[in-house]
Amino acid sequence: MSKLGTIGARLYRGEVGYDFIGKRKIWYGLSILITIVAIVGLGVRGLNMGIEFSGGAVFTTPNTSVSASEAQHKAESAAGGHQAVVQKLGGGALRIQISGLDTKQSVPVQEELAKDLNVPVKDVNTQLVGPSWGEQIANKAWLGLGIFMVLVVLYLAVAFEWRMAVAALIALIHDLTITVGIYALVGFEVTPGTVIGLLTILGYSLYDTVVVFDSLKEASKDITKQTRFTYGEIANRSINGTLVRSINTTVVALLPVAGLLFVGGGVLGAGMLNDISLALFVGLAAGAYSSIFIATPLVADLKEREPQMKALAKRVKAKRAAAAAKGEGQEDAQDGAADAADAEDDDGTAVVGPRRQPASRNRGRGRPSGKRR
Amino acid sequence: MAAPKKGRRAPASQGHPGRTLILVLIAMAGLIGGMFYSGTLTPRLGIDLAGGTSFTLAAQNQPGKPNAINETNMNTAAGIMERRVNGLGVTESEVQTQGSNHIIVNIPKGTDAKQARQQVGTTAQLGFRPVLTTTAGTKTPEPKPSPSSKGGANGKGKGDKAAGDQAKNTPGTQQNASSSPTPGSKPTTQGRAVTDSLKKAPSAKPTPSGPAKPSTPPAPTPPGGADIPPALQKQLNALDCSTKKSRAAAGEKAANTKPSDPVVACKDDGSQKYVLGPVGVEGTDVSSAKAVFDSQQGQGWIVQMDFTSEGGKKFADVTGKLASKAPPQNQFAIVLDGAVVSDPRVNERLNGGNATISGGFTQQSAEDLGNMLSYGALPLSFKIDDETTVTAALGGEQLHAGLIAGAIGLALVVIYLVAYYRGLALVALASLGVSAVLTYTIMTLLGPAIGFALNLPAVCGAIVAIGITADSFIVYFERIRDEIREGRTLRPAVERGWPRARRTILVSDFVSFLAAAVLFIVTVGKVQGFAFTLGLTTVLDVVVVFLFTKPLMTLLARRKFFSEGHSWSGLDPKRLGAKPPLRRRRGAAPTTKEA
Repeated sequence: MSKLGTIGARLYRGEVGYDFIGKRKIWYGLSILITIVAIVGLGVRGLNMGIEFSGGAVFTTPNTSVSASEAQHKAESAAGGHQAVVQKLGGGALRIQISGLDTKQSVPVQEELAKDLNVPVKDVNTQLVGPSWGEQIANKAWLGLGIFMVLVVLYLAVAFEWRMAVAALIALIHDLTITVGIYALVGFEVTPGTVIGLLTILGYSLYDTVVVFDSLKEASKDITKQTRFTYGEIANRSINGTLVRSINTTVVALLPVAGLLFVGGGVLGAGMLNDISLALFVGLAAGAYSSIFIATPLVADLKEREPQMKALAKRVKAKRAAAAAKGEGQEDAQDGAADAADAEDDDGTAVVGPRRQPASRNRGRGRPSGKRR
Repeated sequence: MAAPKKGRRAPASQGHPGRTLILVLIAMAGLIGGMFYSGTLTPRLGIDLAGGTSFTLAAQNQPGKPNAINETNMNTAAGIMERRVNGLGVTESEVQTQGSNHIIVNIPKGTDAKQARQQVGTTAQLGFRPVLTTTAGTKTPEPKPSPSSKGGANGKGKGDKAAGDQAKNTPGTQQNASSSPTPGSKPTTQGRAVTDSLKKAPSAKPTPSGPAKPSTPPAPTPPGGADIPPALQKQLNALDCSTKKSRAAAGEKAANTKPSDPVVACKDDGSQKYVLGPVGVEGTDVSSAKAVFDSQQGQGWIVQMDFTSEGGKKFADVTGKLASKAPPQNQFAIVLDGAVVSDPRVNERLNGGNATISGGFTQQSAEDLGNMLSYGALPLSFKIDDETTVTAALGGEQLHAGLIAGAIGLALVVIYLVAYYRGLALVALASLGVSAVLTYTIMTLLGPAIGFALNLPAVCGAIVAIGITADSFIVYFERIRDEIREGRTLRPAVERGWPRARRTILVSDFVSFLAAAVLFIVTVGKVQGFAFTLGLTTVLDVVVVFLFTKPLMTLLARRKFFSEGHSWSGLDPKRLGAKPPLRRRRGAAPTTKEA
């Protein structure tokens, strides 16, 4: 563990790190690929809407000794893969709801059910049911989402800046698309649980992105006052600096959901748990991934187009060229350019003593302001 | 929003971390005590987990409207019923259509079935009709000489009915008169009355005795009065409002009369019967209604209605016309599903765009009526066909599997946190524990309070909330560790890391809270229920981090185990890779450093 701790420290100081920004094209590509697969999956297979959205048939059996869970298995096999909701009624009768059946299709199912449950066919009462998740609920949910998106973009634009708002929105759409697409590919039925899962992801994805952006904002506060790093490099450092937090949070959030998905759904075979935990698992993973690999590089991309940042990048380049020329002469190559140099530099000033640059200038640089106090 | 307030509280917690902790513990103890006091120790579970009661409602054919039972109307009715039983979206009730003319309503175990039955079964067809004539509620074998325009009788004092007739003329003895120092309430001497908010002040003078007094006895007297068609008069005479059953029959008949036709109707308590003119203002003209407690005029619970702009105009016109007439024709009746709930007298044109129904309400009945009027009338009337219990839709095995899986997942989280954060994990786990206790008790208490019920998705949502709550601690811990890597000792690190961690936590939680607030306000049904849960867990996250985690960290920073960076504290500078010069100094004299 001490090793992990050290890695944390080295990440923090920028001694080690992954070049998220530099290799962003790879990750953009990967994300676009996954998104395309998701959209194609959605287009080809479509979503399998559950009885709560599409309605279906309801069968009411006479008093029977078959237990609800037994009946559920039988009903699902009789319905040919559609999900069944089975409830025992007061008098011992069963109410079996099966999605996606119309009047015609329900007849064979009714016969099959009667046979399976060992009751006369005519005693199995069949009716069509409408969706319990009516149009009104769906419409208002869309309206609410729309309003929320507008407000959150406004908020992020004010609290951070519009580029971050745009990037967060793109990351959010990315997460939701992937989750819905994978859902379509796996072919699970969409239940209200799925929708609630998607909404949870919506909240989580934004939350995670905002945490990463917060540190990015802090790191890039006085960016124009220095000539050491370009915006992209600062962003990269900031991601690496919060990487430990991102990993820990993701692990802590994913472990219980993974438990639900693999143990609860997989091993113990609980139906509806699968639906929800799959949506949550994919969404949470995508949310954590997109904050780091998509949202932040996007901000860097947008930001580097600013004339100010372009000028900064030029200055940094010029300085590096000069330093490189000088460094070849005799001085240590630390000032070269690599991110790692900064931290080494700071340590160096303390250990080795005075060097050619005033220590005070080094100290404030590339560091969040809080530490200066 | 939340930021400045919390910001102010934080310095205090720095000063007295112990006090804040005690405060949180007291709050926890209070909530747990409340839970035991109310006798509910587990949260109410949704239909999917616990089962409940299922009603089947059958749409009734309405004479004159053969095609009324169609898909559109059934869906509208299901939507309205859903809103009535699930106004806040947290009760986990389900409403769906079945077949061509049935609606199934499922309510989770522990919900008041009687109330639910009333909520879904009441059509809530509201209409304001002018009173043409009125008489006592019993069958009238022959025209009575002096039926009164108003019984004075009402929900509270049925016995006064006879007395009320006379009492009315002498305001001093009136039941309500004595209790109303503001004469404005006089026009509402009837048990249930509509008053316009505007009316209260100006109506003071003309009210009690002016035109009403002299004219009362004669006006209603000739029941076959000039403008009452004989057929209606006959109907009125035949109408019996004395028993509940006969009233129900009369109500059904009246409810099925076309709005543009005059109708005979009973008062809902049976004290009066009326011949009523065509509907002047319809229920659809009411934009919203809510229950309020009227303490000013001592009317108790009343239902306050706001009209749409068009409805307000109609209401003003109708009352303007009525005001000039002689009693009882200056009264109008508020008719709900064929029964007159209120028959106030009008003294002037009412322009306020709102009205109230008062008298004889309990809090519950006023809220129910307000609820129904807000969500609108059902396009059809329904009869409850069947009521039966249903078992959990998911069966016990799902919950069981979910709990086992959740427990395994949580154990993994604990192991991970302890392995990574060591001593700090204690803080994280204690905070998670406090958060869990608060969430559990609040959800449990919300069960009886607002009908909050937990379904499986909500349980899963709570599991995800573990991640978001833990994130707040992780953000803070990483800040502290960063400070230590800078070479600070623990106590300054704890205080310096806090403002930055606090900002991150507030900014990110604000986004979650925004989502919760918008969705809660805009959406209905389960989405709204989700928003409620999300908002609750987000607020609790902030509360726990500010009032528990931070003070606890401050206190622990004073302990040697942590401040000296014991290798199991999770704050060992060496392990964290603090800067080399510091490491050397620290290694030499670890204890003096703290001083």
